[in-house]
Amino acid sequence: MAVRGAIEVDVELCKGCGVCIVNCPTGAIVLSKSVNGKGYNYSYMDDPEKCTGCTNCAAVCPDTVITVYRVKI
Amino acid sequence: MNISDIIKPENKVYAKSKLLLDKEMHYCPGCSHGTIHKIIAETIDELNIQEQVIGISPVGCAVLAYDYIDIDWQEAAHGRAPALATAIKRLYPDKYVFTYQGDGDLASIGTGEIVHVCNRGDNVTVIFVNNAIYGMTGGQMAPTTLEGMKTATTPKGRSHISSGFPMKITEMLALLPGVVYATRQSVDTPAAERKAKKSMIKAFKSQKLKKGTSFIEIVSTCNSGWKMTPVEANTWMRENMFPVFPPGDIKDETGL
Amino acid sequence: MAEKILLKGNEAIAIAAIRCGCDGYFGYPITPQSEILETLMEKDPETDTGMIVLQAESEVAAINMLYGGAGCGKKVMTSSSSPGISLMTEGISYIAGAELPCVIVDIMRGGPGLGTIQPAQSDYFQIVKGGGHGDYKTIILAPASVQEMNDFVELSFDLAFKYKTPVVILSDGVIGQMMEKVELSPVKPRWTDEEIVKLHGDWASTGKTPDRKRNIVTSLDLDPHRQEQFNLKLQEKYAEIERNEVRYESLLCEDAEYLLVAYGLSARVSQKAMELARDEGIKVGLIRPVTLFPYPYEVIEKIVPQVKGILVVEMSAGQMTEDVSLAVRRRVPLYFHGRTGGMLPSPEDVLTLIRNIEKGTFESADVQGHKKVWLR
Repeated sequence: MAVRGAIEVDVELCKGCGVCIVNCPTGAIVLSKSVNGKGYNYSYMDDPEKCTGCTNCAAVCPDTVITVYRVKI
Repeated sequence: MNISDIIKPENKVYAKSKLLLDKEMHYCPGCSHGTIHKIIAETIDELNIQEQVIGISPVGCAVLAYDYIDIDWQEAAHGRAPALATAIKRLYPDKYVFTYQGDGDLASIGTGEIVHVCNRGDNVTVIFVNNAIYGMTGGQMAPTTLEGMKTATTPKGRSHISSGFPMKITEMLALLPGVVYATRQSVDTPAAERKAKKSMIKAFKSQKLKKGTSFIEIVSTCNSGWKMTPVEANTWMRENMFPVFPPGDIKDETGL
Repeated sequence: MAEKILLKGNEAIAIAAIRCGCDGYFGYPITPQSEILETLMEKDPETDTGMIVLQAESEVAAINMLYGGAGCGKKVMTSSSSPGISLMTEGISYIAGAELPCVIVDIMRGGPGLGTIQPAQSDYFQIVKGGGHGDYKTIILAPASVQEMNDFVELSFDLAFKYKTPVVILSDGVIGQMMEKVELSPVKPRWTDEEIVKLHGDWASTGKTPDRKRNIVTSLDLDPHRQEQFNLKLQEKYAEIERNEVRYESLLCEDAEYLLVAYGLSARVSQKAMELARDEGIKVGLIRPVTLFPYPYEVIEKIVPQVKGILVVEMSAGQMTEDVSLAVRRRVPLYFHGRTGGMLPSPEDVLTLIRNIEKGTFESADVQGHKKVWLR
């Protein structure tokens, strides 16, 4: 059974530390080229097809700005 | 399948704990403190003990921990959190009491207090954040600074000849019969974070056993103080900190 | 009238703490006050009232245990003597800054440094003028008898909770060690945890419940505007204490031509000297400050116009004399007699100085430790 996931990033609270990116097993997350209100390049789900909703990104996010969703298909 | 079909309340598998307040944390990007705060909030939430918890914040970067977790707090003088914890626990034996202390607070100025809370075996949880540096004051040497590590007060690198050795205080404290649980964890990877959370839950649960002090060291990064990116700091920690401060249980007599 | 029993001053403090519903005592042994901790351990109130008694690993730990206990709304107390109080001053500043109620007993001994274990009053500056960092004050009660050692414990807790401030019982090794008959205070039950939530739930860390915001006990505010507002609020509290809580004893002041000012043991010595002087026809009165903060400046100020000279008697090099001089303001000759290093003033020496003041020969008196502060 396959799963599909998605993340929501609270971009205004993201500090762009990049820890979620290196811990994403499928490479679904990247840093934005644009910046948020505080001037940080924020994380976002670049390739939604890759996200499995594993919650690894959320587990290591120091600012707890990531919400994770998952569905079985 | 569209993203909008996935992002629905019924599909939510991870969200911020309701015990984490909305206030933006003052910590630097990538700082381990945020992740550790999250683990504490989730532990209190999952154990459903918010009304029985009293947290004690230290002097150091985590002095404002009370701004982030929705529980009652006391802010202690530098190094003295264990003394507060002893009194609070003796006066309210059924509450859950924890201290949150950095390496300078716990292993330098507060060595007396931490040794004696552990020696009395007070049924409290100590959360010891070891990032081998003084973050708040600008990156000076800590008791746990590695040999050769450059800091603001060891510009040529720490030498044991002038400044002693990195102090393995968790191993020292684990020798005391009053300590029921001593473990060293990290929060740099999802697996480590989940393991650290299991330890946190065990440490809090052990307070009810009244068998002694539960002590969690979390080997952490201070990427600003170390002058690295957050990702580099995590790698550096694994390569350099872990050989001196290896993760794992040092003592577990909880039976949990 | 209730039964009186014979007690040491230090024992009276310990027994009064148990009887007034104290929740916790945290202390470290130091001469000349160790009987307080020893008596509490001997009485073992935990089995009786539930009061916790703990020997801390240091005075530093003891005062921070007070911070923790006070921060969760409990009645907590410590005791020490001069060098130990020096170690506690950091914690006292934090407790004042966090606006927490607690009681600290200081049975003074001679200093500086390790000094001596003999009694002294040489920590007046340390306690009355601060000691720790920041613009804070503590309420200070100075007992002059074993009865007052007993009475001031409950009073201290009442004042501590009324104003959310540390209260210091400032005594000395003689009053701590001497035995007198004492009428014990009535027994009062400790507050239950529910009563504490009801009384202090708006600030004490007792566990956050859904009906209120989280309580944070801290002395930190990094915002300078808010920190200044907090300091102004503290100063207003101290002004209110000055308006409401001045306590003193005035003896034979109505017709006095000469005035003695002294507190604690020195006041007892001075009272005897006053009686001896009266026997010789010299009209001497005595003012004994009972609160050292707030200080009875106005009481002394009012009596200045009627007297020809004022003699301050202390067991220090003249610390309280500075506060008397603030009240006298050079309107009348002010004299000082003080013994240090554990030596005590004697009624005979004080009498000799009174006689010499009357004769105008104060400076040539054959008495150790006297000086004129100023002449008119």
